Amino acid sequence: MAKIVIDPITRIEGHLRIQAEVNDGRVTEAWSSSTMFRGIEKILQGRDPRDAWYFTQRFCGVCTTVHSIASVRAVENALNITVPYNAEMIRNIIIGIQLVQDHVIHFYHLHALDWVDITSALKADPAGTAALAASLSPWPLNSATYFKGVQEKLTAFVAKGRLGPFANAYWGHPAYKLPPEANLMATAHYLEALDWQREVIKIHAILGSKNPHPQTFVVGGMAIPIDLNSQNGLNADKLAEIGGLLKKAKSFVEQVYIPDLLAVASYYKEWAGIGGGIGNYMTYGEYPQAAGGKKLWFPSGIILNRDLSRVHPVDHRKVAEYVDHSWYEGDGQPHHPWDGSTEAHYTGPTPPYAMLDTNQKYSWVKAPRYGGQAMEVGPLAKILVAYASGHVPTKGAVDMVLNKLGVGPEALFSTLGRTAARGIETLLVAQELPLWLGKLIANIKGGDLTIHNNEKWDPESWPREAAGYGFHDAPRGALGHWIRIKDGQILNYQAVVPSTWNASPRDARGQTGAYEAALVGTPLHDPAKPLEILRTIHSFDPCLACAVHLVDPGGNELIKVQVS
Amino acid sequence: MIDPAILVLGIGNLVMTDDGVGVRVILSLQDRYRFPGGVTVMDGGTLGLDLLHYLDGVQRLLVVDAVETGGVAGTLVRLAGEELNIAFRTKLSPHQMGLQDLLLVAELQGFAPPEMVLLGVQPGEIEMGIELTPAVADQVESLVQGVLVELARWGVIPTAPDTPPGREESPPVHRRLW
Repeated sequence: MAKIVIDPITRIEGHLRIQAEVNDGRVTEAWSSSTMFRGIEKILQGRDPRDAWYFTQRFCGVCTTVHSIASVRAVENALNITVPYNAEMIRNIIIGIQLVQDHVIHFYHLHALDWVDITSALKADPAGTAALAASLSPWPLNSATYFKGVQEKLTAFVAKGRLGPFANAYWGHPAYKLPPEANLMATAHYLEALDWQREVIKIHAILGSKNPHPQTFVVGGMAIPIDLNSQNGLNADKLAEIGGLLKKAKSFVEQVYIPDLLAVASYYKEWAGIGGGIGNYMTYGEYPQAAGGKKLWFPSGIILNRDLSRVHPVDHRKVAEYVDHSWYEGDGQPHHPWDGSTEAHYTGPTPPYAMLDTNQKYSWVKAPRYGGQAMEVGPLAKILVAYASGHVPTKGAVDMVLNKLGVGPEALFSTLGRTAARGIETLLVAQELPLWLGKLIANIKGGDLTIHNNEKWDPESWPREAAGYGFHDAPRGALGHWIRIKDGQILNYQAVVPSTWNASPRDARGQTGAYEAALVGTPLHDPAKPLEILRTIHSFDPCLACAVHLVDPGGNELIKVQVS
Repeated sequence: MIDPAILVLGIGNLVMTDDGVGVRVILSLQDRYRFPGGVTVMDGGTLGLDLLHYLDGVQRLLVVDAVETGGVAGTLVRLAGEELNIAFRTKLSPHQMGLQDLLLVAELQGFAPPEMVLLGVQPGEIEMGIELTPAVADQVESLVQGVLVELARWGVIPTAPDTPPGREESPPVHRRLW
């Protein structure tokens, strides 16, 4: 038996450490640990609940909008505020384009390098790449000259020895299966995705006013005046500009991302049988189609033990967090977030250390459970719940992908399924976004300019005590903020973020979290170069930047893979 | 309109004590001065690659950040040109990976700013909290003045605001919180 440690996992946001046991070339047990501390909730206590979102958007540098939206929804829920239709549609556009951008970035910039060997792209025949690309998609940039140009640019960059974002990968590893021509195509699209994302995210500058940190969220709606004829408000020109950018987003997803995803996946079909994990999936649902957060476009729900014949409802009261293996003070009982606390209590070894004792506390991530059960959250959970609920657009997109790959629905419960589900979700949202913009415009033209409900803006109108929760199914999955308000101030505030569910350590009963379970059975060609572990971990798109915080005092600058 | 275009970029996390010093310098500049067209003064938070499109067309980049100098808390540092490339190869800023990747990708895309200066201060502590430690708080004004000196060297003299801050399009900017 070999024991391996990867610390930190690269190409994720935040800090994650994986310890694993390997027998006969397969992972037999794994432990997920974050070695950075979290605890931002404490600085919210005693503040004005209407200001909370302004702090929570700084939870994480990467996902500013997701913590804003969850926070305003939590306060609106606590105070029973109905958000107007226009504000719901604008929020849908902001969070929808965020998701589309985030998933494309993840695929090309964080995950593709697990499947695509950039160094092999240097050896490709550009004419062969052009022929391959033309067989997959009508995308206009598919000429041999274009791909040759990309290859030359890349060669010059690599020759300087400054690999930057391409450093720390296992180039030449035998688990890479793509021919050089496909590698070049994916690399070219990696660069195009960079240009594309900086264009489409301009929607946030238009709707968020001050960019890059949106300033127009407000409890009760949005703070962006609608006036089709004014320079300052949301006018006809700005709506038309958003429409153009949404179209651009949609065509890239349809003509580049999805064809690339299918092409890459077709070389890695064995990964449809690896990385399945716990088999319980939860999503909070998203994209209200009516005022007050009603009629969610993506349904909420829970699937247990991979049983797609039954979707269980979500009840926020069944969420509770355990700290039996997490470095926090605890009384041995799980706590619902309204009663949760975040008191650090580090009992681990002094860094630098070789191994964490996983029988004791071993992570700064808590262990959230739903009705006592571990859950996987994220695109796969969203897509499975929508598919099992009979959501028509989802069913169409899932069946299209399964048909093209020639696999059945059981293939979804895997590393490949998780990566495919992210693409499917992106496609569905990118196709739906222009329709939400259309509904917004139609509603405005119908004479409704309401953007904010200020009935309960004045704290005098609030009850003495109130409690609420705000759900947002973010790019990485189910995000919940829970708030308790007393005498106009925040009494307690807790966030249970998607990566807390997925990166969870074991709970009091020894049940593993989603990463830990998914790694079991992963084949390893060479334990010293654990590319296969990265594939499964990256398929979840970890973001520990808000699950935990603080620069590691050990200052791990390089990834270390220890094999003992 | 200032040409070549200038971006003054403050980096850091406002809810992580001294980590947020770069952003605080930016907020102070935005409150107290108005800058001519072609000069952007921006709170970059910790956004990394999301900042890419703001670099497009920028000829002169001035970064303000917490920097690991090896000195005592509050130690100021100014790095430019090749010093920055060397500094990036060693541990420097808590946001080094984000900033370094951002600049390398900009280079790959063909629009890395030709001229770059970094003004930094040694943090005292970086943990959850919204206040700077006294040694670093004392240097915010020096960094503001440092930015003005760099801008003057590039021929930019800002003016005092003619309208009270916070009267722009976005009403609920909770500046008072910081």
